[in-house]
Amino acid sequence: MSDVLDKPAGSPALKIVGSRPIRPDGADKVTGRAAFGADFNMPGQLVGRVLRSPHAHARIVSIDTRKARALPGVKAVITGADFPDVASEMHDGGESASNLRDLAMNVMARTKALYNGHAVAAVAAVSAAVAEAALALIEVTYEVLPHVIDVEAAMAPDAPVLHPHMFTEGLDAKPTTPSNIAKRNRLGRGDPDQAFAEADVVFEGRYTTQAVHQGYIEPHACVASWAEDGQCEVWSSSQGQFMVRTYCAKVLGLETSSIRVTPAEIGGGFGGKTTVYLEPLALALSRQSGHPVKMVMTRDEVFRATGPTSGAVILVKFGARSDGTIIAADVELKCQAGAFAGSPVGAASMTALACYDIANFSITGWDVVTNSPKVAAYRAPGAPIAAFGVESALDDLAHKLEMDPIALREKNAVRDGVKAAYGPKFTNIGFLETLAAIRDSDHYSAPLGRNQGRGVAAGFWFNVGGESTAAVHVGEDGSVAVVTGSPDIGGSRASMAMMAAETLEIPLDRVRPRIADTASIGFSMLTGGSRTTFATGMAVVQAAEKVVADLKRRAALIWEVAEDQVDWAGGAAHCLDPGKDVGPLTLGDIAAKAATTGGPITAQVSLNAQGAGPGFGVHVCDVEVDPETGHVTVLRYTAAQDVGKAIHPAYVEGQVQGGVAQGVGWALNEEYIFDGEGRMENAGFLDYRVPVASDLPMIDAILVEVANPRHPFGAKGVGEVPIVPPLAAVANAVRGAIGVRMTDLPLSPPKIRAVLDARDG
Amino acid sequence: MSKLHVSTVVNGDPVEFLADPAMTLLDVLRDELNLTGSKEGCGSGDCGACSVIVDDRLVCSCLMLAAEAEGRRVATIEGLAQGGQLHPLQQKFLEHAALQCGFCTPGLLMASKALLDVNPDPTETEVRYWLAGNLCRCTGYDKVVRAVMDAAAELRQERV
Amino acid sequence: MSQLQYLAPSTIDDAVLALAASGARALSGGTDLLVQLRAGRMAPGAIVDLKRIEGISGIRQEGGAFIIGAATSGAVIGEHAALCRAWPGVVEAVNLIGSTQVQGRATMAGNLCNASPAADSVPALIAARAVCIIAGPGGRREAPVEDIVTAPGRTSLAQGEFIVAFRLPPRPARSSDAYLRLIPRTEMDIAVAGAGVSLTLDAEGRVSEAYVALGAVAPTALLVADAGAALVGGRLDEDSLSRLDAAARAACRPISDKRGTIEYRTKIAGVLARRAAQAAYQRASDQA
Repeated sequence: MSDVLDKPAGSPALKIVGSRPIRPDGADKVTGRAAFGADFNMPGQLVGRVLRSPHAHARIVSIDTRKARALPGVKAVITGADFPDVASEMHDGGESASNLRDLAMNVMARTKALYNGHAVAAVAAVSAAVAEAALALIEVTYEVLPHVIDVEAAMAPDAPVLHPHMFTEGLDAKPTTPSNIAKRNRLGRGDPDQAFAEADVVFEGRYTTQAVHQGYIEPHACVASWAEDGQCEVWSSSQGQFMVRTYCAKVLGLETSSIRVTPAEIGGGFGGKTTVYLEPLALALSRQSGHPVKMVMTRDEVFRATGPTSGAVILVKFGARSDGTIIAADVELKCQAGAFAGSPVGAASMTALACYDIANFSITGWDVVTNSPKVAAYRAPGAPIAAFGVESALDDLAHKLEMDPIALREKNAVRDGVKAAYGPKFTNIGFLETLAAIRDSDHYSAPLGRNQGRGVAAGFWFNVGGESTAAVHVGEDGSVAVVTGSPDIGGSRASMAMMAAETLEIPLDRVRPRIADTASIGFSMLTGGSRTTFATGMAVVQAAEKVVADLKRRAALIWEVAEDQVDWAGGAAHCLDPGKDVGPLTLGDIAAKAATTGGPITAQVSLNAQGAGPGFGVHVCDVEVDPETGHVTVLRYTAAQDVGKAIHPAYVEGQVQGGVAQGVGWALNEEYIFDGEGRMENAGFLDYRVPVASDLPMIDAILVEVANPRHPFGAKGVGEVPIVPPLAAVANAVRGAIGVRMTDLPLSPPKIRAVLDARDG
Repeated sequence: MSKLHVSTVVNGDPVEFLADPAMTLLDVLRDELNLTGSKEGCGSGDCGACSVIVDDRLVCSCLMLAAEAEGRRVATIEGLAQGGQLHPLQQKFLEHAALQCGFCTPGLLMASKALLDVNPDPTETEVRYWLAGNLCRCTGYDKVVRAVMDAAAELRQERV
Repeated sequence: MSQLQYLAPSTIDDAVLALAASGARALSGGTDLLVQLRAGRMAPGAIVDLKRIEGISGIRQEGGAFIIGAATSGAVIGEHAALCRAWPGVVEAVNLIGSTQVQGRATMAGNLCNASPAADSVPALIAARAVCIIAGPGGRREAPVEDIVTAPGRTSLAQGEFIVAFRLPPRPARSSDAYLRLIPRTEMDIAVAGAGVSLTLDAEGRVSEAYVALGAVAPTALLVADAGAALVGGRLDEDSLSRLDAAARAACRPISDKRGTIEYRTKIAGVLARRAAQAAYQRASDQA
């Protein structure tokens, strides 16, 4: 199969794509039937619990599990010693790559605990109470080491070193001493120094963000069973059942074929469920105990041991001509990776200037390990961090140039044919259209009141394609099952069914989308990178097209005409041969004769989709600041985004609105707070403050459709772009309201009040 | 550690169960009665995913001991649709695409049901504050609020 | 493993007996207790559910005073029209405790006896001069609300004692109250600072009596006499509000923690005291 379709996008007579039907899994989700990670049970299952390090950095001198093992009802106790050594090897998970050795050591500490919350042992017992009692009986002797969490402190030459064998990659000369800096990456073009010297206006800023969590409401959960013949079953909530299979196989030294992973419904992921934490432990506990083991994290564990994304420092410098043309840019990004290398600084660097066509620039990124949970992907990983700095600086540059902030962005915006800062040449992008949508919106010109301000910011995300499999099976009654290997984290079943129905030209309610386990469908990369509707959707459409071709062949057989004498329209075959006096054959008619025309009607397509269309968003936000308390209220929010083609516009809007809400939380209140011992102080939803319903206004989503010709219906990824602009949009609005630039997220009331006090003397 | 015998009414049906004194109502609903529609997102009353209605009051079932349910009436998401028909709130959540992952949805629906039981014509602000104890990380609440207000309008229409 | 017992006595005497046992904890709404149980911050031997005691829930009026049963939930309190008219500040403070779900269970007694410095209902109750009616092994006694909490997590209640009801005193004409708190979000947070103000106006609209109480700015909620005195005799002119603000700030002895700094809490206590005074004043004036 071709990986790239040359079919013109947005064919004129779409009947289903672009409409807003009720999602196929809707009834299950509103009645409590849908089974999420913790809703599944196996007969005879035990309860698994994890013992976690109370120290941010400690050598594990010894672990004595004898008392725990002796407790009645305890069936298994595991530590790092129960896992094989895994060689250092990068595995490309789709959105981000993971080092398998680090993954294995993150799942269960070996010689060192690298953050408060790092798993050091696990137990399986007949009940939660027994398991918890057993944890208290495990005696771990730690040698507590100095720890470091702040990214710049971790980069200092005298910082405590997490990994004695880590030498910074990407420097001009290989360093001779180990450090916490895993890697330096650089991007550049032209001669920035010269261009800065020639600039009429130079603006420079330093911006900081704290670690934030993806904040999915469903804690990680799984059930795992290791049978006596070595065959393993895992039921878990994740963004990719094949990802879970691969990682479990690597961590435990198994063949992938001996593990079957069944995807549960997933209660939010946002990138945070693109890796494993519990599944290998549950399997190891099951192997030792001989029983299935169920594990569910507490919210405290979710915060202390999973997620977050990096806290970061962003340095931005722009040089511009007085007409607003930016001729030079310098961006430096320092990102926390957590306990193991692999912050999203690479993507942050690549996206930092992706919206703008700048002749001379330099971007430097630093990937820095810290004594905090290993960061996981979080919606457009790295891009919101970079955009916070870049878009805040642009706002100040616009003030300095006395230019409208959108005009400044339009002046420098990338357009088709421009070579992106990260390399490729842009085609079929809709950034200018998106800027225009905000410029022309009612919102942008609405009046503001006292203590109110308006902020604008833009954002970019690549969107990806990648490996996907889809199967289309026609039942004997002509109804259709569409099977994929891509977990539905936000309504993608709906878009899969719609694209299949559109292609087959049958009513949507005749198509049922299903998500299969790892043994029942071909490999598919995880749901992430805004790839599913694009890549898996492409596989669905191609499989449906194969079915249509097959149906036409069968109709020709039935009618005894040549295949080219059969047309497929309106869900039925039509005979074009004027010599045949036959009526159309519906899908049901042909399905009923499947046995006599070649057997079951089914098609499967596996592909590695290329040509995902990059996405751009432009947001405008109004805030009001209480000058006495520093409290910020978001009054109005409008987000425009180039989505290519909205397959199901309501769910596309939902992606935009949800991304905005997360970004607003990041901007205003969310942050990891650590005490002096490196323990997270706010590991719960009470003090880790995600936005609640009363914190937000309605969020207007403007869908700009500049079709991606490389997708059958013109779709571009939509899920990640909307979290990129809000951090700066909010900060720019606050600047508008108080006249002072805030550079340190979150913009919590005490910080704003302090700035106001300083402003007012 | 002896178990307590508790008699209660769940979704209109008499139900008896044995509960450890430390078990929450949520534990019993999920693990003893297999009513897994109520979710545990935090275990501390901060997310609302376990919302149920006890004697006409919305509560977090994770913040109530199972033993406290003795003699009470408990309504869970499993009882919201009646006679094979979705409740108007359920229908409007689907029509407005007011859910993405769906994990918080049962709690949001029960909270919304409790709201409309006492306030058939809520303002947007009233809806938002009433639902502030139900975290949703997917939707940004926009479509949730619209769905609740639309369902309220439909229910008012039905009463006329 | 827990050897937890659950007891649900139906009389005050039985409850006193059950609570007199060592390791027994009173359960009212449970919205704090269950969180602490789960987090392992306490391991009681017995939980004594007070909600089954006859008459422990509900609101009644007695010669102008309101008697609010200790197990009355915030939701019930918020629905009581006469109480809302007489004590809008107390009611709004109670209704700020947690979410709608928490309101369905949480009680003033629980909010008080949890002994958090940041409890929302407590400054409002103190400003209201509310009195606790306490049952215990020694019989009944009464104590002003401000005498109950002695330190974070500690109360003056003896083993076996529990609050049966609160009494809010009769309200003279032209009286009202208000409570405000500052939280980073709009809901679901613990107060960074809180201020309750209760006042009475004379026929000319001058403040004749005023009480100001602050929360989350000291180990326990504070009744700030100077702050109340700053309001008396005036009509909340800028001068008296400034003195109120200064007196409120002067009384603060906060800590810096994840929810706020000493500096910020102190400033906000003054801001909230002023705003709460204005709200109470407006309400009292509206009655005239």
